[in-house]
Amino acid sequence: MLGVGAYRTRNRPALSEVLPLPIGEMSWALTDHRDQSVRPTDWAGHPVMVFFGFTWCPDVCPTTLSDISLWLEDLGADANRLIVALISVDPERDTPAVLADYVSSFDPRIIGLTGPADEVAKAAADFRVTYRRVDKDGGDYTMDHTAGVFLFHPDGRFASIIDFHEDRRFAVPKIRRTLS
Amino acid sequence: MKHFLLAASLTLSAPAAMACETVTIGDLTVEHAWSKATIGAGRPGVFYVEITNTGSTDDALVGIATPAAGMPMLHETVVQDGIASMPHAMSIPVPAGQSVQLSPGGYHGMLMGLTTALKEGDSFSVTLTFEKAGEVTVNVDVLSLRAEGPDCADAGQ
Ligand SMILES: [Cu+2]
Repeated sequence: MLGVGAYRTRNRPALSEVLPLPIGEMSWALTDHRDQSVRPTDWAGHPVMVFFGFTWCPDVCPTTLSDISLWLEDLGADANRLIVALISVDPERDTPAVLADYVSSFDPRIIGLTGPADEVAKAAADFRVTYRRVDKDGGDYTMDHTAGVFLFHPDGRFASIIDFHEDRRFAVPKIRRTLS
Repeated sequence: MKHFLLAASLTLSAPAAMACETVTIGDLTVEHAWSKATIGAGRPGVFYVEITNTGSTDDALVGIATPAAGMPMLHETVVQDGIASMPHAMSIPVPAGQSVQLSPGGYHGMLMGLTTALKEGDSFSVTLTFEKAGEVTVNVDVLSLRAEGPDCADAGQ
């Protein structure tokens, strides 16, 4: 079971079961929106901001991406070393080409990541993220997924989570604390 | 003639013009109707709007219809234990004397089965059905995928 589920079903989960792994201990291999392969080791030495989502949804994900774009605008060049990645929980529909189209509407520092279903599952497990396919009438489906934005220090240690709807006045300082 | 109509509707779709229109029906005021550009027609579009009930009777938004989509629905984005989902909303309450927003991260119209991709600068109509006030049609501006809302002079009030 992934993190949040474990948190609810056990009385006292160890912190290591709830908090994302340090980036350096993660094991996924994904592909970015420019068709380049990306591994956790590629991010060594960089502060990192990651969130999970999918491009089919017109509400949560564009809203998060708009927020992130505004935070990055606020931070300006200070955030140039920050790795900012959207990891798709819907790799079936989110090909690198679709992600490229999608992220082109937002801050150019945001990258999209996708890959085989088992690598996405590995990434979700490493970040302690939950996601679930929900079938709709007419053959369509949507995805429920963890909506927070994860922050990591340059040495890969987990720093904090920015919750969905969290006030920008708190989000930007949280990011700033990972930049030095 | 068809061409003429198309040209006319495109001319009328100046950005942020229609979203700032106010339409009233009975005690309800409907304004700031907007949508976001989509990647192709295979992904749903979204519909946001603000409804104010100036009367003394509670009402509710119970449905939407639009020529732009075959299966429009009302949804609500809910974040519980950090997990976002968007269940179908059977009706959206519009209590007496209050404003209700369909806005990013909350209630929204989900436009499934788009007849064509929505492009920034386009506009289309949506008919809202209220339990008591009945039907009203508004024009919806398509803003960029990144937009957070229409830029009206009276916005943020
Ligand atoms: Cu929805």
